[in-house]
Amino acid sequence: MTDVSAGRERLTDQLSDDVLVSWLYDMQLIREFETRTAQAYQQAKIGGFCHVYTGQEACCVGTIAAMEHDDPIVTAYRDHGHALARGMTPEACMAEMFGKITGCAKGKGGSMHMFDKPNHLYGGHGIVGAQTPLGTGLAFAARYQWEVMGEGSKKVALAYLGDGALNQGSFHEAQNLAGLLNLPVIYIVENNGYSMGTSIERGTTMADNLVLKAKGYGIKGLQIDGFDILNVYNQFKPLVDECRDLQRPGFVDLKTYRYQGHSMSDPQKYRSKDEVEEWKSKDSIAALLSHLMSERSAVTEADWKTMQKDIRDRVKKSVDFAESSPDPEMSELTTDVYANPQPNLSPTEDYRHGVRNPLL
Amino acid sequence: MPELNLVQAINQALDQEMTRDSRVVCLGEDVGANGGVFRVTEGLAAKHGGHRVQNTPLDESGIMGVAIGLAMADMRPIPEIQFEGFLGPAYDQLVNHGARYRNRTRGAIPIPLTVRVPVGGGIHAPELHSDSPEAIYAHTPGLKIVMPCTPYDAKGLLLSAIRDPDPVIFFEPKRVYRSFKEEVPEGDYTIPIGEAKLVSEGDDLTLVTWGASVFQALEAMDHLPDDVSIELIDLRSIYPFDMDAVARSVEKTGRCVIVHEAPLTCGLGAELSARIQEQCFLHLEAPVQRVTGFDTVMPYYKLELSYLPDAERIGKGVRECLAY
Repeated sequence: MTDVSAGRERLTDQLSDDVLVSWLYDMQLIREFETRTAQAYQQAKIGGFCHVYTGQEACCVGTIAAMEHDDPIVTAYRDHGHALARGMTPEACMAEMFGKITGCAKGKGGSMHMFDKPNHLYGGHGIVGAQTPLGTGLAFAARYQWEVMGEGSKKVALAYLGDGALNQGSFHEAQNLAGLLNLPVIYIVENNGYSMGTSIERGTTMADNLVLKAKGYGIKGLQIDGFDILNVYNQFKPLVDECRDLQRPGFVDLKTYRYQGHSMSDPQKYRSKDEVEEWKSKDSIAALLSHLMSERSAVTEADWKTMQKDIRDRVKKSVDFAESSPDPEMSELTTDVYANPQPNLSPTEDYRHGVRNPLL
Repeated sequence: MPELNLVQAINQALDQEMTRDSRVVCLGEDVGANGGVFRVTEGLAAKHGGHRVQNTPLDESGIMGVAIGLAMADMRPIPEIQFEGFLGPAYDQLVNHGARYRNRTRGAIPIPLTVRVPVGGGIHAPELHSDSPEAIYAHTPGLKIVMPCTPYDAKGLLLSAIRDPDPVIFFEPKRVYRSFKEEVPEGDYTIPIGEAKLVSEGDDLTLVTWGASVFQALEAMDHLPDDVSIELIDLRSIYPFDMDAVARSVEKTGRCVIVHEAPLTCGLGAELSARIQEQCFLHLEAPVQRVTGFDTVMPYYKLELSYLPDAERIGKGVRECLAY
């Protein structure tokens, strides 16, 4: 995992302090948000299942920073970070998990289904790997709309997946189609080393060189240290530019680690505390902060304290917002199943007794 | 007016809609130069280009997923799944994604998708190539399902399906593909999804069916005594189905026989029967009768005709219902 740009000027060196400080802000926002998410889940304010992103922040912030705003994105169920990095407000994201009408999907989707069409986020997805053909289809549409319909510009779609999804058939069908049809989609494996409780070595072949899997489909792949956001950007941005230019697919094995369990109810018997601590010692937020403080002198201790406090207040506000927002009305049960209500189907207002008994 | 068979009518609808709307893209196994397994898309790639009639590998999950991704981006994809049994690998994408996005996103991301699927038995094919799974998909909120059995209805319903803002499964009864021709207007016309067709009027009994069974029902009616007056309804739309038309007819006749190729248990006939007793209870002169396939795997061709409801079994069901 050497930085290919080592020895020459790195792309991030050309970025302003402000840009890098905004990355720091986004990463810390996601971390604080997930801390509050976990608390709210434990207080039973969030229903269903919940998977927090803590530890992986450099992955979504670093890769999304390399994209244009109208490049479409799909991801899996550990999706709060991607939503925030893409510009969803913490209020809409938190309220969605609380099942409130003010959520990004009016409390319909929940933790695993963050959708934000204005920010070109086409969803978190609950079925492992099943989002990858959708990202391929979004790439198909993007290329068609640019090339055939003369709309917009060249786009690249991102399809994030976890390392557990590497073994799903749909992902292999998606890669084959993208390679075959020249579709501009980059599959980003956020490789945190575990598919639920199964380590990657026990779950997939060629675990130390996943790029080989993409090579089998004629897709260019990179292995990137996803714990160093500068490295993520420096290696990922040229791949995005190339895929955009050539309208070809790409693949990234983005090495990362999650500090928390797979979900909120994971006893974590499959890994040691030492292993978790070792990764934490290389924390991506701490590394970026150190770069901004020592190498750039762009952030002071006081700045960092202020930023942390701002973020705490902002996330707290999102929790308050979610808590005080109204529940969906009963009538929301049957809205948006079809574009128009269908006659004669799905009686919902009352139990239906058929025609009134004329004898009564 | 030119006479077309079912295949030609569907082909014409696809051709005209591709010409009208550049967002329409067909994709599937061999849909390009070969024209698909039943040649329904023949000539479309030559006319509209391979990029709009996109050949794919044999990968139904990939085809359906990519089609749904296209629909998410406001395209009008029309995937072809070669046989209804091959919907199995695509089921996850169709049911867990396609059917639910409108609701999951609160209307922000509709899925204007039309899935073309040959359906049903009668062509001497084995199981997975002769099944009738319409009830499985009718049980999935968010999907619409149609099954026209005439060239005229096929063109009008296909144009409706492509223009519908929600995902539609367009089942094509393969037994009818080339069985007959009828006049089909060359111009643009649509048939609303959810509207049944009154094939023939009658007073004594309502016969409700759809797909290739409509023709078995017509044959059965030919063999009934002249003084028996049957009202035949071709449902055409499986979901939403036209309960008003069925109830109106049953309230008039007081008797109803439902015919479908799919197995009896939990078939659409069960739902129709339940709705009829809910809505027409005091009008009924006899229990609703069902003449259907059996609760077994669709048999290979030697037993195929024993499995499918034919004129003889339908006639028996009608006579029993009338004699009740």
